[in-house]
Amino acid sequence: MKKILTSLALVGLVAAGTAAFAAEEAHNAAAPTHFPINEPKEMSWSFTGPFGTYDKAQLQRGLKVYKEVCSACHSMNLVAFRTLSDLGYNEAQVKTLAAEYTIHDGPNDAGDMFDRPGKPSDHFPAPFANEEAAAASNGGAAPPDMSLLAKARGVERGFPQFVFDIFTQYDAGGPDYIHSLLTGYDQTPPAGMVIPEGTHYNPYFMSGVSLKMPKPLSDGQVTYDDGSPQTVDQYSRDVAAFLTWAAEPHMEDRKKMGFRVLVFLLLFGALVYLTKRKVWEGVAH
Amino acid sequence: MSEGHSTYTPKTGIERWFDARMPLPRMVYDSFVAYPVPRNLNYAWTFGGILSIMLVAQILTGIVLAMHYTADTNLAFGSVEKIMRDVNSGWLLRYMHANGASFFFIAVYIHIFRGLYYGSYKAPRELLWILGCIIYLLMMATGFMGYVLPWGQMSFWGATVITGFFSAIPLVGDWIQQLLLGGFAVDNPTLNRFFALHYLLPFMIAGVVVLHVWALHVVGQSNPTGIEVKSKTDTVAFTPYATIKDAFGMIVFLFFFAYFVFYLPNYLGHPDNYTVANPLKTPAHIVPEWYFLPFYAILRAITFNIGPINSKLGGVLCMFGAIVMLFLVPWLDTSKVRSAVYRPWYKLFFWLFVADAILLGWLGSQPAEGSYVFMAQMATLFYFAFFLVALPVLGLIETPRRLPNSITEAVLEKNKGGSGHPAGATAAPETKG
Repeated sequence: MKKILTSLALVGLVAAGTAAFAAEEAHNAAAPTHFPINEPKEMSWSFTGPFGTYDKAQLQRGLKVYKEVCSACHSMNLVAFRTLSDLGYNEAQVKTLAAEYTIHDGPNDAGDMFDRPGKPSDHFPAPFANEEAAAASNGGAAPPDMSLLAKARGVERGFPQFVFDIFTQYDAGGPDYIHSLLTGYDQTPPAGMVIPEGTHYNPYFMSGVSLKMPKPLSDGQVTYDDGSPQTVDQYSRDVAAFLTWAAEPHMEDRKKMGFRVLVFLLLFGALVYLTKRKVWEGVAH
Repeated sequence: MSEGHSTYTPKTGIERWFDARMPLPRMVYDSFVAYPVPRNLNYAWTFGGILSIMLVAQILTGIVLAMHYTADTNLAFGSVEKIMRDVNSGWLLRYMHANGASFFFIAVYIHIFRGLYYGSYKAPRELLWILGCIIYLLMMATGFMGYVLPWGQMSFWGATVITGFFSAIPLVGDWIQQLLLGGFAVDNPTLNRFFALHYLLPFMIAGVVVLHVWALHVVGQSNPTGIEVKSKTDTVAFTPYATIKDAFGMIVFLFFFAYFVFYLPNYLGHPDNYTVANPLKTPAHIVPEWYFLPFYAILRAITFNIGPINSKLGGVLCMFGAIVMLFLVPWLDTSKVRSAVYRPWYKLFFWLFVADAILLGWLGSQPAEGSYVFMAQMATLFYFAFFLVALPVLGLIETPRRLPNSITEAVLEKNKGGSGHPAGATAAPETKG
């Protein structure tokens, strides 16, 4: 066993050495080669860790930010109104929420398309008719669908962080990135950096120095009725939490079940181990 | 080993009836109850059983997922999300299946490294080893095609890159690539045939597993000393001894598996695969699943032309060559001694090889630029040197440590010197994985 541990330590040393070797590269602030320029800030979230749960009040605030700001450009095709009951709304509230939207439906018996108020079984309607229309209205880049955004974004953690992440159960790469990006505007680019026309500098953007989306949120833009601060930072946290729920609606069930499964395996494993010892007792091996 | 002397005696009327017509109970009894196994097997030997349950788990979750999945480029991504959101426990099935593939590979890599460490591939187990290599190849094909099915960005671009390798083959390359894709690019025909094959291959794996187990039961298991079983005192009955030890190994393995399924279900995947495939938008870095990364690093390490072989074909040849090495191991190793326990130099090179494989895996995940390329070339060189130089040469020049006369002698020797505790958990090097 000792020898194996020594060998594993050797493996670790070799890997660490090469990582350090690779990290040493030329750094030019005006022409960065690796993005994002700044690593996302790690925030504290109610949903991380083995017993993480969504903060329903926060999800409701995040929904409000999505409805009033993001949904002007971003669709959320995979999320049905009925699932909003997860946010703490009762059946009547979900119906009212859905009815605020107009759904293009049809054809009816006469063969005509028609508009009707939304039902809980409907999904959030998209702001644009198709991706081409979305791109045409947004300077050539279609705003991504938000249903899975919190799982579709995540900055590579690098060695050795990705090893530690197993033990800390770091699963907030998406929301951390979204929060950092939304609060990362209004910064002055380093002298000499070229920002393409029609784009906006953001050192937290993972695919370049700037992005097409202008700063979407400003202080006081969305009115909260629960007394939470009406700041860009708070809006960004809330909408990131909401998008995490939208991407992974069954997370609470998953973690709850996981704890039971692990406890079961631990107890069952202990019993099987004791049985194994009993069986092998007296058999040298 | 167990052939030709069945100890099964049917006790009830029904058993006698079956035994006279189709002796299935006798076969099960002889293979999984009375079957003698070396008494000194350590926990590294529990991975065969672990792999069997992983295969069964993958097939079961996969069949249910297939009931809800739609193999159409316009619908595939949405159908997977439907499973995640609306199908009862669909998220559990999908996360078990996706992480199950990763843990299947973790188990198979431990199983393969165990074979390399203890020389399990040596005569008379060459065929057993080769059947294992075939299973590994089939697993890679299955894993690759399964990753394409959710039709995310990495699915699409991974498929584009990997099927592109085949076009490097002279003369027939383009034809093979088009046959795989069902066209000139990854599209609906590709998705449909990958789904059909992804459903077929696991059953082929199951078939080769039967042959693998059959071959195993003819030659018997190797063991940490590498000395063949010589007498009855060298072995114990499969049940209860191996059964209970395997059961414990499986539970420990399932514990780690469950940890990922429930707490880090997307850790081993790539965020880009939660974006629907877009043939017009190439991701910044295309990376295959983690279990292909060492081979991907070898592929990209060949950045230079060698005579008539251009760098692309050279990379593809090296990548396939890296797998061919495994098939040749029984004949590359010249040592008379099986187990690394008695081979000090081989043991050192074995662990260097493990480190090299991990390093190649990490390099495979990094962009192929700057110092990474040189490191990948050195690591590739060592990979091949291990098989083509270290294995043949060490066997000839190394002086092995003194071998015990039998398994029983090795066990008694160890227990005399060690702690009085006979339990496996706290024992000496050769009883631990």
